[in-house]
Amino acid sequence: MASSEGSAELSIEGVGKRFGDVVALDRVSLKVAQGELLTILGPSGSGKTTLLKVVAGFETPDGGTVKVGGTDISALPPAKRDIGMVFQNYALFPHLSVKTNVAFPLEIRNVAKPEIDRRVSEALAMVELVGYEARLPRQLSGGQQQRVALARAIVFNPRLLLLDEPFGALDRKLRETMQLEVRRLQRRLGLTTIFITHDQEEALVLSDRIAVMNKGTIQQIATTTEIYEHPANDFVADFVGESNIFHGTISASGTVALDGGGSVTVASDKPAGAKVGVLMRPERFGTAGTNLFNGEVIESVYLGTSFKLRLAVEGGRELLVRQPARGALPAAGSRVTVGIEPDAIHVF
Amino acid sequence: MFSNRSGFWPAVPALILLFAFFLFPVVRMLGFSVEAGTLDWYAKALGEGLYIRVLWNTFEIALLVTLFCLLLGYPLGFLMATTTPFWATMGFIFVLLPLWTSVLVRTYAWMVLLGRNGVFNRTLMEAGITTDPIPLLHNFTGVLIGMVHVLLPYMVLPIYGAVRKVDPAIPAAAAGLGASNWRIFWRIWLPLTLNGVFAGCVLVFILSLGFYITPALLGGGRVIMIAVLIEQQVREALNWPFAAALSAVLLVATFLVYTLAQRFSQPEQAR
Repeated sequence: MASSEGSAELSIEGVGKRFGDVVALDRVSLKVAQGELLTILGPSGSGKTTLLKVVAGFETPDGGTVKVGGTDISALPPAKRDIGMVFQNYALFPHLSVKTNVAFPLEIRNVAKPEIDRRVSEALAMVELVGYEARLPRQLSGGQQQRVALARAIVFNPRLLLLDEPFGALDRKLRETMQLEVRRLQRRLGLTTIFITHDQEEALVLSDRIAVMNKGTIQQIATTTEIYEHPANDFVADFVGESNIFHGTISASGTVALDGGGSVTVASDKPAGAKVGVLMRPERFGTAGTNLFNGEVIESVYLGTSFKLRLAVEGGRELLVRQPARGALPAAGSRVTVGIEPDAIHVF
Repeated sequence: MFSNRSGFWPAVPALILLFAFFLFPVVRMLGFSVEAGTLDWYAKALGEGLYIRVLWNTFEIALLVTLFCLLLGYPLGFLMATTTPFWATMGFIFVLLPLWTSVLVRTYAWMVLLGRNGVFNRTLMEAGITTDPIPLLHNFTGVLIGMVHVLLPYMVLPIYGAVRKVDPAIPAAAAGLGASNWRIFWRIWLPLTLNGVFAGCVLVFILSLGFYITPALLGGGRVIMIAVLIEQQVREALNWPFAAALSAVLLVATFLVYTLAQRFSQPEQAR
């Protein structure tokens, strides 16, 4: 099973869904290449879970199609879709042992007994749970239950793997371990995977590409660096990472006159006179630069590797800045000058 | 036994009540059965063919009532637990309303329905399905119908509770892994709701064993269950020692069923 024989490309075309007056999905389209891990990132209520349910077949869309490997599966019930899914709370069968849980999808497919045994041991070895075969789910820790759910979802060579916020219930350390493990396993098996989360850090760690969703629409689909460095709009810039977002009008000389006074020099090919958004990531500030800001420290936090400062600068603006933790932490009330280069500023 | 002494005193009134009106009468009754200093009455209850038949009858009816309650009650309880809130409420009304009505009233209603000139027979004859009335009253069938109706809520409610306790993601996961509805029922729903099934069966079976009003009225003296026999011994034969011995047999039988049920009941599974 260490091959991607069953894995296939997924394409979602114009899928819409409303619940009463609420539009959960507004004609969403996206493609996931074979073997790719795409994360759908969004706040709760953004429609990401509904989209996953549509793909799995638990929710019927009002319109649009879902295709796996070019075949339309929109009309198929969940049982006929051949999709492995890890649920938020794992949904392990509480009365069945670890082994029987993992064997379940194979049993359903009438796989011969010796073959079931072989594939279950293989899957359990992959998630490092050898020796736990006879345990019941309730006798396992959260992380172990998660591994069983994962083994159960991949043991039958599904065409797609869906992960619905699977790390939400784990503590931070374990979550990081599991993230890397899932990533490693997904790469090794070459499984086309959709991963759902509201945690932007998790999305950056795991994904090939990220689709940021809000209010039932996809705001941007791009690689992790693209999403972080070049967000398409305010929502993406604000939702992924820490940010300073301002708006203004760009001039021919590459200067943005900010609404409410002040200006910054940027490197952008946007036409003069265009209304633009300006994004400055807190960690891109230094002590000097083309654009200088002098301000009073409102709040300063020591974070081990860095200082996190909130500054009140000219024009009544607030600036979030991260600086390497060297020397003394600037006290609240003191004045600090920070600078940023034009090419460190993203204009959208 | 009572490590927290302050918790003991508030229970005293109830304990006195139980002692005076339950434990004492039961011991007194057991005393009647061995008044003569011998176990003759027990020998009669457990030795004579007629009474063995009554005991056997009682168990047979209790078993059949339990079986039919299960066959009717599982789908109903399951449906109520998985349907929309509106239909769940409707289900509750139809299941609970009879439970709040007197058993006597419900049993008389069945007599009206099942009699020779009852609603069922007249409808069947007018429709030309039968020419003669089908005997539904004062026989085994009548007792069975009446008891199943009266005891059905005791089966439905525990099953409803058990189904509600199952995380809906679990059967959904089974479907996602490729299981058919039939498979999901046998492999997931049934094992996860077995506690409710078990509780319902024990409840209905034990209540059936000692059931009096319904078999007395719908059986019309022709279907004798042990409670009916005890009443006859007290009221007609005025044979209190024998009635006491029969009661003791019923008590022990009920206790045995309960203990066995406890032994076989599984530890908590569904969470």
